[in-house]
Amino acid sequence: MSRPVRFNIKEKSTQDKGINMVDMPEGHSGEGFFATSLDKVIGLARKNSIWPLPFATSCCGIEFMATIASHYDLGRFGAERVGFSPRQCDLLMVMGTIAKKMGPVVKQVYLQMAEPRWVIAVGACASSGGVFDTYSVLQGIDQVVPVDVYVPGCPPRPEAILDGFMKIQELVQNESLRRRNGTQYKALLDSYGIQ
Amino acid sequence: MQLTNEIIRNRLTEKFGESLTEWAEPHSLLTFTALREDNLKILTFLYDDDALGFRFLTDLTGIHYPDRKGGELGVIYHLHNLVSNVRLRMKVFAPVEKPDVYTATGLFASANWMERETYDFFGVNFVGHPNLKRILNVDEMDYFPLRKEYPLEDQSRTDKDDAMFGR
Repeated sequence: MSRPVRFNIKEKSTQDKGINMVDMPEGHSGEGFFATSLDKVIGLARKNSIWPLPFATSCCGIEFMATIASHYDLGRFGAERVGFSPRQCDLLMVMGTIAKKMGPVVKQVYLQMAEPRWVIAVGACASSGGVFDTYSVLQGIDQVVPVDVYVPGCPPRPEAILDGFMKIQELVQNESLRRRNGTQYKALLDSYGIQ
Repeated sequence: MQLTNEIIRNRLTEKFGESLTEWAEPHSLLTFTALREDNLKILTFLYDDDALGFRFLTDLTGIHYPDRKGGELGVIYHLHNLVSNVRLRMKVFAPVEKPDVYTATGLFASANWMERETYDFFGVNFVGHPNLKRILNVDEMDYFPLRKEYPLEDQSRTDKDDAMFGR
């Protein structure tokens, strides 16, 4: 004897179906064409298709696993495809405690990434060493690589990691196409000893 | 016959007598201190003897007692008899000026990395070790961090003030 269906009975209209579309950039459109500026289109495309490299070391890695799972879904933002090869990734997500012995490894992974690349330091340990103010822990990965966004927390909730990711998306969208060739960026890399 | 602490103690004292001191049984784990020259002889005896048969090295670690002059750096061995489920703790002490202790790698393969860790953190030089170099710390580190004179905190931080962080 089957039970009567209780949930999800009312037909949802298209607006409520929960499908979000990305906003169009401003531009001039006509019959069969749309003209806008290149950096707006590229910014839009890049921001919604970031391929992250999860450099998960400790507990923040577990929170990242929760973020990328179905409940907090990082795939909604276009970051479904996580890669573990730095050659193919845009965003280096360092999640967890980095020991001093691991510092050169993080730097090596960062160097292998192709431009444009971004770095997010997730959690207190990656941002500043966290609770571990000791002789063996690197006090923040910004000692070895330039960081774009820091996500505080110990560990940060998946919502916080998503918030950090959305800030990276803002940076990606608004970045000028010539930024990586400019003198300020070169000076930044020089301060880290990166050619 | 059940292997008790009494039997172990008697067998050890009849063989090594004078060099074993400071017998204790904290939480019924027989503990004694030995002279550092005899550490390998005692370990081999405990291994080979069929009645004792301590053939499993559970742990090899170090400790630093700055007040214990002449024997500041200690190497602690935790042995286990898997057949009768009996544990034993042996301590040897060495002066900090010349912290040489014979290696146990000939007897226990696991002592290899454990001795490297003890060297890395305390500076105990294991004579005869095949590859005595730093294992957990950065290779360029020039001091032994777990000795009592060095602080735990990273000294390169300038932003933490001592009052707030209790340093």
